Amino acid sequence: MAIVASGTCLRRNAWICGDYVRTRSDELWSATREHISLTVSAVALGLVIAIPLVLFARRYRVTVAWIGGLANVLYTVPSLAFFALLLPATGLSRTTVLIGLVAYTLVVLFRGLLAGLDAVPDDVRESARGMGYGPVRLLLTVEVPLALPAIMAAVRLATVSTIALVTVGAVIGHGGLGNLIYDGLNESFKSEVLTASVLCVALAIVADLLLVIVQWLLTPWRHHRRRQPSRTSQPSRAPRGDARGDGTGGHAGGGQAHGHGRPSLAGSPPGSPTGPATGTTT
Amino acid sequence: MSTLTGAFHWLTTGSSWRGGEGIATRLGQHLMLTGASVGIACAVALPVGIGLGHLGRGGTLAINVSNIGRAVPTFAVLVLLAIGPLGLGDTTTITALTLFAIAPLVTNSYVGMREVDPGAIEAARGMGMSGAQVLRRVELPLALPMILLGLRLAAVQVVATATIAAFINGGGLGRFVVDGLANNQRDRVVGGAILVAVLALLVDGLLFALSRLLSGAPRTRSRASA
Repeated sequence: MAIVASGTCLRRNAWICGDYVRTRSDELWSATREHISLTVSAVALGLVIAIPLVLFARRYRVTVAWIGGLANVLYTVPSLAFFALLLPATGLSRTTVLIGLVAYTLVVLFRGLLAGLDAVPDDVRESARGMGYGPVRLLLTVEVPLALPAIMAAVRLATVSTIALVTVGAVIGHGGLGNLIYDGLNESFKSEVLTASVLCVALAIVADLLLVIVQWLLTPWRHHRRRQPSRTSQPSRAPRGDARGDGTGGHAGGGQAHGHGRPSLAGSPPGSPTGPATGTTT
Repeated sequence: MSTLTGAFHWLTTGSSWRGGEGIATRLGQHLMLTGASVGIACAVALPVGIGLGHLGRGGTLAINVSNIGRAVPTFAVLVLLAIGPLGLGDTTTITALTLFAIAPLVTNSYVGMREVDPGAIEAARGMGMSGAQVLRRVELPLALPMILLGLRLAAVQVVATATIAAFINGGGLGRFVVDGLANNQRDRVVGGAILVAVLALLVDGLLFALSRLLSGAPRTRSRASA
């Protein structure tokens, strides 16, 4: 083929090969497109399902434990097994991968949204009610804006993990860049594997940055405040008190912009069972 | 539906559990790969996370490690290692699994140590405890629930990733899924998936029970003091 003749790095099977990128740019581009479309659909569908679910769970508190438990089970089942279990229903289709991905984003988003809304201080809610705010206005103009950092943290986490997870979809032929990694494995084609892997990570970084910008644009009041405080010089002390207050579970902690909220993300998945546990003993 | 009944038939047939490629062998391999990787990861990550947390340094490092770990697809790392210098085999699998277990272990042990009430540490110092005593008798017991949570996250992640190791000809339960797909044996694909799911849930449940059991002590102590 012309491809082989054109590049020596292809013949040498080098890790980094410009000729690969040049000659297979169509393939790379379509894989990237599939990757992006799967990710965007999964996060969007996850949000569409998570929002009413969170509102329902907040209305009927008893269901939180049930939904949380179910979410934990979904989250624990390995993705490969999840895709395989869907096979009898949806076959080797894009839908199978999408359902699996939506299930995972749903878990992350449900927890994040719920924790964010729950972390809104009660006195703020009381004041709004005292000023005559109805439940819908309270939610849209008070609770959601205050919970935005936590909500966006959940969206970012869901997006970044989905981008990584899409690759596993290669097992049923719909894995975006994962398909190239899978092909590259079978042919021991180094530059194909490395290029696709790097693109994957790059996608995750770009998506995360975009979401940070979106969050920045959505919360203008947070940047004005940041110029003044003198306590930012002691960042390790101040936020810790807050973090202890609302427990280790959930993405609740504010100040995630300086990376202090992050630890709660790591602790979040099984955070839901530990939360109530400490609550009942004290 | 016929696939599901086929899967249950395969799972409940004695012969599919026996032999070099039977369920029992694959389960053993899966547990071996998981245990070895989590063990090595603990040996590396816990001293780092606990040490950094005790000293109160390197927080951004500890937290970024887990953020990067999340953005890098496990599948990509497995394949990169497999077609790279390490080649196909258990060493590659265990290396990749260990890398992925390190992130939650470092982050959670660091966060656990940092979340210890500074007042408790001050009080311990005031009682004349040395740095090592504070670490052993105050910080570690209080950070234990968070450290165990990290262990649980790491173990569940490793069980899941060990499934993907079947792609690179590794052993483990994932083989039923991957081979079954290649040979169009759907009952094995679904049966294998059921086994993997059950194993992951069992590991998660067992470690949850363990952390409940072990972190019971500090809780009763705090109740007594309150």
